[in-house]
Amino acid sequence: MLKIDHIGKTYPNAVRALDGISLDVEPGEIVAVVGGSGCGKSTLLRLVSGLDNPTQGNVALDGDAITSPHEKIGIVFQEPRLLPWLTVAQNVGFGLADRPKAERAERVARQLDRVGLAEKANVWPRELSGGQAQRVALARALVMRPEVLLLDEPFSALDAFTRVDLQDHLLDLWADTRPTLIVVTHDVDEAIVLADRVMVMRPAPGRVFAEIEVDLVRPRDRQSAAYDFAKRRVMAALDRSLDKKITIDDGETRSEHGAAMWW
Amino acid sequence: MSLAEPTVAARAPRPLARYARPALGLILPVGLAAAWEIAVRMGLSDGRLVPPPSRIWATLTELAATGELQRHVAVTVGRVAAGFAFGVAAGTLAGALTGYSAFVRRLIDPSLQALRAIPSLAWVPLFILWLGIFESSKVTLIAVGVFFPVYLGVMGAVLSVDRKIVEVGRVFRLSGAQMVRRILLPAVLPAYVIALRQGLGLGWMFVVAAELLGASEGLGYLLVDGQQLGKPAQIVAAIVVFAVIGKITDWLLVAATAPFLRWEDRYARA
Ligand SMILES: Nc1ncnc2c1ncn2[C@@H]1O[C@H](COP(=O)(O)OP(=O)(O)OP(=O)(O)O)[C@@H](O)[C@H]1O
Ligand SMILES: [Mg+2]
Repeated sequence: MLKIDHIGKTYPNAVRALDGISLDVEPGEIVAVVGGSGCGKSTLLRLVSGLDNPTQGNVALDGDAITSPHEKIGIVFQEPRLLPWLTVAQNVGFGLADRPKAERAERVARQLDRVGLAEKANVWPRELSGGQAQRVALARALVMRPEVLLLDEPFSALDAFTRVDLQDHLLDLWADTRPTLIVVTHDVDEAIVLADRVMVMRPAPGRVFAEIEVDLVRPRDRQSAAYDFAKRRVMAALDRSLDKKITIDDGETRSEHGAAMWW
Repeated sequence: MSLAEPTVAARAPRPLARYARPALGLILPVGLAAAWEIAVRMGLSDGRLVPPPSRIWATLTELAATGELQRHVAVTVGRVAAGFAFGVAAGTLAGALTGYSAFVRRLIDPSLQALRAIPSLAWVPLFILWLGIFESSKVTLIAVGVFFPVYLGVMGAVLSVDRKIVEVGRVFRLSGAQMVRRILLPAVLPAYVIALRQGLGLGWMFVVAAELLGASEGLGYLLVDGQQLGKPAQIVAAIVVFAVIGKITDWLLVAATAPFLRWEDRYARA
């Protein structure tokens, strides 16, 4: 289990990006994190991935404190970050360098096939479309069979069609080994389609503002009333998270301008 | 989602276009040379100070027949090769260290930048005093010329490696040595090749300076000799040989490194 225990992060420039975030994530659970720009979502993922260390509190996976990148934790960034001097297959196999060649080739081929890019194995990253590159980045993380996969706005640079396509695809891949997923997103639909639980954050410093359970059966119907209801709840929470005068308790008050401003 | 798309196979240029394009660059020099040749043949000029191509060619074949040309070329190429090797080795090492470690950079970069501000030819008298007038002082001068562009290029390249890509290495828990080999080296390679080419260009410049300042062999000696004996054809012949060998070595460098840079996403890859 992933335990995030009262973590805070103050950057050297004295910006308090996060303050007292706690979150326990069950194995196989999908958590979406939404919140206004600059409320510390990327910072949170960097702390969980071990790329950065919290200034207070700690993160632990199955009792192991995370202070540097961990073999069971993978991350997909907002940009694909493929290594341009490696072919697609070599990029996917990047983390498997210490495995026997045959095993590596086999796992890479299988994973590329899973993300639908088997025929691109030997091309350079520059020859991929944005969506294909992001799928390669996903394959590069998944081929390591992480227990926890962190995704920082993985599809935000893509058009709406490709995004919906990749969301379904991500769920498909998730069903293979059921890793824990933490998905940061700007897109409320994305949060509802993917997550068991949506964390709404509020800024300056970043804190958890609301936690919304989404217990809809998968695959989720984007047209259903229950889906729409969940979406409204998240939207409302987001709205309130940006309105500093209103506290967490008085549930139903809405701010007029918040809806347009949250992202 | 998995449409069958055509793979890499680049469209082969039409055979004509393949030769016609480089040939375009030949029109101007060849045209000028031909025009001058005709002008001299027609008696519009005696071509004494500016010899026509035929006379330069004659000088070259003459020098080649006695084996003299080959000897001078070999000596000059040897000097450039030695100076280039030392300059590249030192420049790469210093550039990598200063790029990698902020401490080393603060320690030695200011001194190196100060040295760089000295016109390199100003070292010549000192090198001659220290190392004598023979090979060592010449090779050292060339090495100094090669050193600075390589040093600056490598340091700049290491410093500008994208943090985002370094983070990919960190996520996969690469050790320091693996990070250098699997991330930093490939990332700096394109800039390194440019630095090497600049270094090589300066190497050729400095070998001429070194040989003009006192040599009994080498293409630079042919220049001085031509001047002192009033043989402009020999001077131009030596210049032509410099140009040709300089171009060939640059081309060899590019060709040797091209296989490692096929991945580059460049605006102009023609
Ligand atoms: N390396 C850093 N040094 C200093 N301050 C930083 C650094 N990274 C982020 N911050 C600050 O921390 C806060 C949170 O940043 P973060 O990138 O985590 O936000 P975010 O929620 O991911 O925003 P977005 O949705 O726009 O990506 C911001 O105020 C930002 O200016
Ligand atoms: Mg972010």
